[in-house]
Amino acid sequence: MKARVYISLKNGVLDPQGKAIGHALENLGFTGVNNVRQGKLIELDLASSDPEEARRQVGEMCEKLLANTVIEKYTIEIAE
Amino acid sequence: MRTSVIIFPGSNCDRDACVAARSVCGGTVNRVWHRDSTVPDSDLIILPGGFSYGDYLRSGAMAANSPIMHDVIRQAKRGTRVLAICNGFQIATETGMLPGALMRNVNLRFVCRDVHLRIENADTDFTRRYEAGQVIRIPVAHHDGNYFADDDTIRRLEGEGRVVLRYTDARGIPGGDANPNGSRNDIAGILNEDGNVLGMMPHPERYCDPRLGGTDGRAMFESLLEAVA
Repeated sequence: MKARVYISLKNGVLDPQGKAIGHALENLGFTGVNNVRQGKLIELDLASSDPEEARRQVGEMCEKLLANTVIEKYTIEIAE
Repeated sequence: MRTSVIIFPGSNCDRDACVAARSVCGGTVNRVWHRDSTVPDSDLIILPGGFSYGDYLRSGAMAANSPIMHDVIRQAKRGTRVLAICNGFQIATETGMLPGALMRNVNLRFVCRDVHLRIENADTDFTRRYEAGQVIRIPVAHHDGNYFADDDTIRRLEGEGRVVLRYTDARGIPGGDANPNGSRNDIAGILNEDGNVLGMMPHPERYCDPRLGGTDGRAMFESLLEAVA
């Protein structure tokens, strides 16, 4: 069972890297980009075959290590 | 005085910390490897600067889960003083020993220069040999020193005198270029609730010997020596 974890900064937390990417896009002539937020994608290959169990386990991983919930939020996708 | 300096793979200020502790505080200085399970009984534990685990995932995130950190946290809860410098500060926030987080510098640059700090609270075990309002000069060297915490946490820290060090200019005025990384409220160092854990981005251990460019860090180690006595 595969899991994908998307981690990004919480709304309201300044993202200077996202801002810099936005400026770079503008310099390349891409107009109309209102805002850029950047984050991380973590892919996990899990032994579990139970999607609910996998989601619970990955949630715990996020809380303990993968995300810093002071500044980051995360979403989990489970793929069979 | 008994000092223990914790060493992680990628720590690079551990030796400076040992030299500063030995020369200013005297007594014994233990170097403790991150895979050890216990810290020898200590009056002071130093989490030194560096790039533990190559800053993988987030600065300090891996080290926060090192075997030794369980015992560091246990000893801190019993009242042992912990001085968490630079990467040590990042590790301490990742463990939850200190609130908030250290984010990428707002200008995205690694900053390596002397900064001025105003002593906001001289009534702590770490700062009692300074004067309140005194401005000192010591170096910073970091990429992720941008202190962030939510509004409530910032209010609490400010209200309880736990913002111990603030970035200012040489005259003690905060704001503008005096803040090297974008930290909220120009925060350079904070204390935990019990007053025995100080996290700071600047490096007091680097300015303990006039041959290295300054001595304004010495009083922090003198403070600790006095507090322990």
